[in-house]
Amino acid sequence: MHAVRHIALNVFRESIRDRVPYNLVLFAVLLIGSSFLLAQLTAGQDVKIIKDLSLAATSIFGLFIAIFIGIGLVSKEVERRSIYSLLAKPISRPQFIAGKYAGLVLTLAVNVAVMTVAMYVVLGYLTWIESPDFKASWEAPGPDPALLKAMFLIFIELMLVTALALFFSTFSSPLLSAALTFGLYVAGNFNTELKNFQHVVDSPVAAWGARVLYHVLPDLSAFDVKTQVVHGFPVSARYLWSTAAYGAAYIAALLLAAMFIFSRRDFK
Amino acid sequence: MIKVLAACGCLAAAVTLQVWRDGAFPRRHPDIARLLYVRSPAAVGRLALGFDALAADLYWIRAIQHYGGDRLNRDQPRRYELLYPLLDLTTSLDPYFNIAYRFGAIFLSEAYPGGPGRPDHAVALLRKGIAAQPRKWQYYHDIAFVNYWSLRDPVTAAGWFRRGAEQPDAPNWLMPVAAAMLTQGSDRVSARFLWHQMRDADQAWLRGRAQHALRQLDALDEIDRLDAIVAAQTRPAGEPFSWSWLVRLRGLRTVPVDPAGTPYELDPVTGRVTVAKTSPLFPLPQLMDPIR
Repeated sequence: MHAVRHIALNVFRESIRDRVPYNLVLFAVLLIGSSFLLAQLTAGQDVKIIKDLSLAATSIFGLFIAIFIGIGLVSKEVERRSIYSLLAKPISRPQFIAGKYAGLVLTLAVNVAVMTVAMYVVLGYLTWIESPDFKASWEAPGPDPALLKAMFLIFIELMLVTALALFFSTFSSPLLSAALTFGLYVAGNFNTELKNFQHVVDSPVAAWGARVLYHVLPDLSAFDVKTQVVHGFPVSARYLWSTAAYGAAYIAALLLAAMFIFSRRDFK
Repeated sequence: MIKVLAACGCLAAAVTLQVWRDGAFPRRHPDIARLLYVRSPAAVGRLALGFDALAADLYWIRAIQHYGGDRLNRDQPRRYELLYPLLDLTTSLDPYFNIAYRFGAIFLSEAYPGGPGRPDHAVALLRKGIAAQPRKWQYYHDIAFVNYWSLRDPVTAAGWFRRGAEQPDAPNWLMPVAAAMLTQGSDRVSARFLWHQMRDADQAWLRGRAQHALRQLDALDEIDRLDAIVAAQTRPAGEPFSWSWLVRLRGLRTVPVDPAGTPYELDPVTGRVTVAKTSPLFPLPQLMDPIR
C-alpha cells in the first residue's frame, strides 16, 4: 500500500510538472467569458447553458487528461527505461499499475473538484445578479446541489476511461492506445444501440453478437445524467450507486487484466 | 528578446496584411451562414457523442441568431428557411428544452415579414413538446394560442385550452378562456385577455412580445375609431382623403399617431386607416369578425 501511495503521488506531481492544471485556468476563463456572452445570445437561457457547458467541459477536459496521460503512464517508463530501476525496487508489478492508476485518478479528482467549484461560483454569481422574477422561470436553482450527481458520474466515467487507457498502454504503443481508448469511448456512448440490434438485422447470430458486445463494451451512456440534472429532473440515489458500482466493477476488471498482462510482460 | 520582438513584428505584419486584403477583396458569402450541413436529428445526436445538451444549446443560439438576423435584415428578402430545422434539431437533442418549444412556436407563427408565418410548424413543434412532456400545460396553452391568433380557429383553440386546463398545475383561468372561445369566438377582448396573461410571463422576451401585441390591439381599436370619424365626414367630389382635410373639418385636432408614435396612414382613395409600413407595429394581426 505504501508503494502504491508513493507511485500515485509521483504521478500526480508529474502531471503538475506537465502543466496539466493549465486546463483549469482555461476552464475558468471559458466559463466566466461565456457567462458574460451568453446572456446576449440565448434569450434568457444563460444559466442552463452555463450548466451544460460546465458539465460538458469537465467531461471533455477530463477525457483528454485521462487519455493522453493514461496512455503514457506505462509506455513512458518503458521508453525512458526507468521501468528497470523501478521494478528493481521492492515494488510488485500489480502495485506499479495500481499506483499509476491511483495517481492519475487523483489528478482527475483535483481537476473535477476545482471545475465544480468554478461552476458553482459562476452560477452563484449569476443567481445573485438576476431578479427574483427571472429566477422564478428557471427549471432548477442556479447553484443546484443536484449538479453534483452529474459531476459524480462524470468522475466515475473518467476513472473508467483512465482504466481503459492504462489497460491498452500495458501492451501497445501510445498512439495505438490512444486510438483504441478513444474508439472504445465512442463505442461506449453508442452502446445502447447494440442492445436493440435485433430490430434492424434479420440474422439472429448478428443480433446475438451485438447483444454480447453490448455487455462486453463499457456502457458509457449510463454515466450521462447531464440533461436530467440541468432540467431539474430527479436522479435517484439508487441509479447513482448502481451505475457507480457498475463502473467500479468494470474498472476492477480492466485493472486486473492490465496487471495480468503487465506481470507477464518481458522487458529484456 | 530579439526573437520575441521579431515574432511580434511578424504577427503585426500578418494582421496588417489581413486588414488590407479584407478591404481589397471583400468576402461576402451570406449563403454560407445559411447552410445547415446535417439536418437529421438522429445523425446530429450520434455526432454529439453524449454532449447532446450542449449541441442543443448551440443550435438554439443559432436559431435565435437566424431569426433575429433575418428579422432585422432590411437589405435582402427575409427567408427564415432554417428556423424550423434548427428548432427541430434543438428539441430533438434536448427534448426538455422548454424555451425552445415556447419561443420557437412564437417565432414560427409570427406573420411574414416579422417571422416565417408558419403556424403549422409552430403547432408541430409544440406537439413534439407535448410528446416529450405530456403534462406541461404551457404547451397546450401555446398551441391554443397559435390556433387562435395565427390560424384564426377559436373552436380548435378552445379544445386545446380545455386540454391544457386538464393538466396538473394548470392555472384556473384556462377553462374560462376555453369557454369564452367556444361561446363568443374570436374577439379583441379575448385576445387582450390572453396577451395580458403573457405579459405576466417570467421571460422578459415574452413580456416584451405581449406588450407589442397589446399595442397592436390598441392600434386596431384606434383604427376603428378613426374609420368611423372618416366615414362620418362628407368628402367634396374629387378631393382625396387626407389627414389635413380631416383636421380642417375639425374631425381631428392633429394627425393621429399609433401607440408606437408613428402617424397612421389614410388611403387617399378608399379612406381606410392603417398603420404605416414604417411603424414598429406593422403588420397588424388580422383578427376575425366575432362569431355571433
